Amino acid sequence: MKKRKIGMALSLVLAAGTLLGACGKSDDNAGKDDAKGGDKDKAFTVAMVTDVGGVDDKSFNQSAWEGLQAFGKDNSMEKGKNGYDYLQSKSDADYSTNLNTLARQDFDLVFGIGFMMQGAVEEIAKQQKDSHFAIVDSQVDQPNVASILFKEQEASFLVGIAAGMATQSDKIGFIGGMESEVIERFEAGFVAGVKAANPDATVDIQYAGAFDKAELGQTIASKMYSSGADVIFHAAGATGNGLFKEAVDRKAKNPDATIWAIGVDRDQADMGADVVLTSAVKRVDVAVQDTATKAKEGNFPGGKVTLYGLAEDGVAAAPINAKVSNKAEIDAAIKTWVDKIKSGDVKVPGTRAELKSFSAQ
Amino acid sequence: MKVRMSKRLIGLLTPIIAVLLGIIVGTIIMLASGYDPVAAYSALWNGAFGEIYYTGEVIRQVTPYILAGLAVAFAFRVGLFNIGVEGQFLVGWLAAVWVGISFDLPKIIHLPLAIIAAAVAGALWAFIPGLLKARLRVHEVIVTIMLNYTALHVSNYIIKNVLTDHKDKTGLVKDSATLRSEWLQGITDYSRLHWGIIVAIICCFIMWFLLERTTRGFELRAVGFNQHAAQYAGMNVNRNIILSMVISGAFAGLAGAMEGLGTFGYVTVKGGFTGVGFDGIAIALLGGNSALGVFFSAILFGALKVGALNMPLEAGVPNELVDIIIALIVFFVASSYIIRKLLDRFGKKEVK
Repeated sequence: MKKRKIGMALSLVLAAGTLLGACGKSDDNAGKDDAKGGDKDKAFTVAMVTDVGGVDDKSFNQSAWEGLQAFGKDNSMEKGKNGYDYLQSKSDADYSTNLNTLARQDFDLVFGIGFMMQGAVEEIAKQQKDSHFAIVDSQVDQPNVASILFKEQEASFLVGIAAGMATQSDKIGFIGGMESEVIERFEAGFVAGVKAANPDATVDIQYAGAFDKAELGQTIASKMYSSGADVIFHAAGATGNGLFKEAVDRKAKNPDATIWAIGVDRDQADMGADVVLTSAVKRVDVAVQDTATKAKEGNFPGGKVTLYGLAEDGVAAAPINAKVSNKAEIDAAIKTWVDKIKSGDVKVPGTRAELKSFSAQ
Repeated sequence: MKVRMSKRLIGLLTPIIAVLLGIIVGTIIMLASGYDPVAAYSALWNGAFGEIYYTGEVIRQVTPYILAGLAVAFAFRVGLFNIGVEGQFLVGWLAAVWVGISFDLPKIIHLPLAIIAAAVAGALWAFIPGLLKARLRVHEVIVTIMLNYTALHVSNYIIKNVLTDHKDKTGLVKDSATLRSEWLQGITDYSRLHWGIIVAIICCFIMWFLLERTTRGFELRAVGFNQHAAQYAGMNVNRNIILSMVISGAFAGLAGAMEGLGTFGYVTVKGGFTGVGFDGIAIALLGGNSALGVFFSAILFGALKVGALNMPLEAGVPNELVDIIIALIVFFVASSYIIRKLLDRFGKKEVK
């Protein structure tokens, strides 16, 4: 009995060994073919590393990837090693490995998407001086790194205006991802916008502590709606998907209730046609496309910080949902504020400290 | 004698077969979902050992894995489930960086001090469930799971409010406390390989020596085999329970030091768990809870994790597939225990 079992086990091992051995041989040939293909044409190549959210997070990473795809389409590139591609990180430890992998594969430009990659980009940029990197939402002071920053406060100010005008309970919610400078800009701009449009409204500010936990976003949203809030804005990446789920569920149960959710990063109207009021659009796609184009043309903005604000079309408020009763007024108000911000008459606060001294008049 | 030999052989074969079965089923899944398994596995291999850089990264990943695996295995040998390795790992990471950035000492004192601080922090964190188990019979699984969350949020708070002024990242640890080495990075083409692997290997040896070659180790194992028998034989069960949790926590804390002083050199506010502690459970399970077994299974897991990152780029296969394969391996290891148990019972009935 025992003997037969061992015999079985051994033969299994042998069988698997042969299988794997066969794998080893054929892969050598595949590798060679690949190398040949790569040498033929050395066109411009570009890639990006996502944070743990992944390219289907419906917000930040997805927007960046859409930008890269658009860039690839414009330049008739193919997804893959000889065109454009992305790598997804599964933990903080992977950022460095992924960035390095892409630099090693001779991608001409490698994007690090997210401020969490700042340390990794800085370190690798020092080591791989011949490679070009770009980081979104953070600043790295190296000659071969282009830093891309947004004036998130301007977009969230505009959606704050919309929230302040759409609310009926004068209670508004804000769900942040992790506390950071970027999310603070969202928060400060949003609160300033709400106050500018509706001084009576209060904003309940809560942080989920993560960008990838939709269930947490839903819990927070549920509490906020239950305590009377009727407009909630999230700046929390994939965590915010829970907000939309909660809003859609509530709206389905009670179609007459005022339930609005405001999206972030990209126009998230597709998350719920009845509940998405607008979105604080951060055109990561525009910035990524723009930086890639500059690099392709040989004008890589290395060592520089590029700021994308309202004036640069880097941020915007998405179209207001047609189902809002006072849509025309909101549209008009937003238009006025856009002009004021663009002309420099109004400087939207980007930190909590600036918010304290901010007055809309 | 003959029976014992074959039992040992089966013990050795079990994890190997589980790994192979995991790979084979993984292949079937890839074929069924339209991916090329040959390309996937070769990308996996190249991503782990194809270049010296990746090999360095694998060793870097293996280092905390060994220690986390040892932590789980050590507690398990004494009959305890330490699910709190992740939490002990986080407090160890925090403690190591805290010491690393706060003092100015010569390297010969500073580095060991930072490493010991991590071990002590992890040990203290594990002491709590150990004490509760020994005194009040509170099940350690529940306490350690809850302490994971406590560790996550307490360390986030300390990073934000004590170590920095509302930043999400501390500065780099001082040069005198770092495990990093330009030389190691140089020979591995700028991987993040650091000296921590030496610490991990020493700990493997310590665990083996402690459990197999000392009286205390014999007592610990005796408690693991049968608490009542151990007590009857005059051993202090409660003290051994606490001791095993403390040592287990120290290993976990050291794993955190590897990240804090080596891989990263800083500590960040985290949105969720790193997963190292939970991977440690799988590593210990696959390694049969022995020091040598943990060493080898940590190498396998480290290679799988690092190699997987290369799969989407080189083969167009999503790297989640590696998670599936790892899950399958764990499944087969676990089910092989079930099968063995069933066979044992079956065998006994036959004798009757």
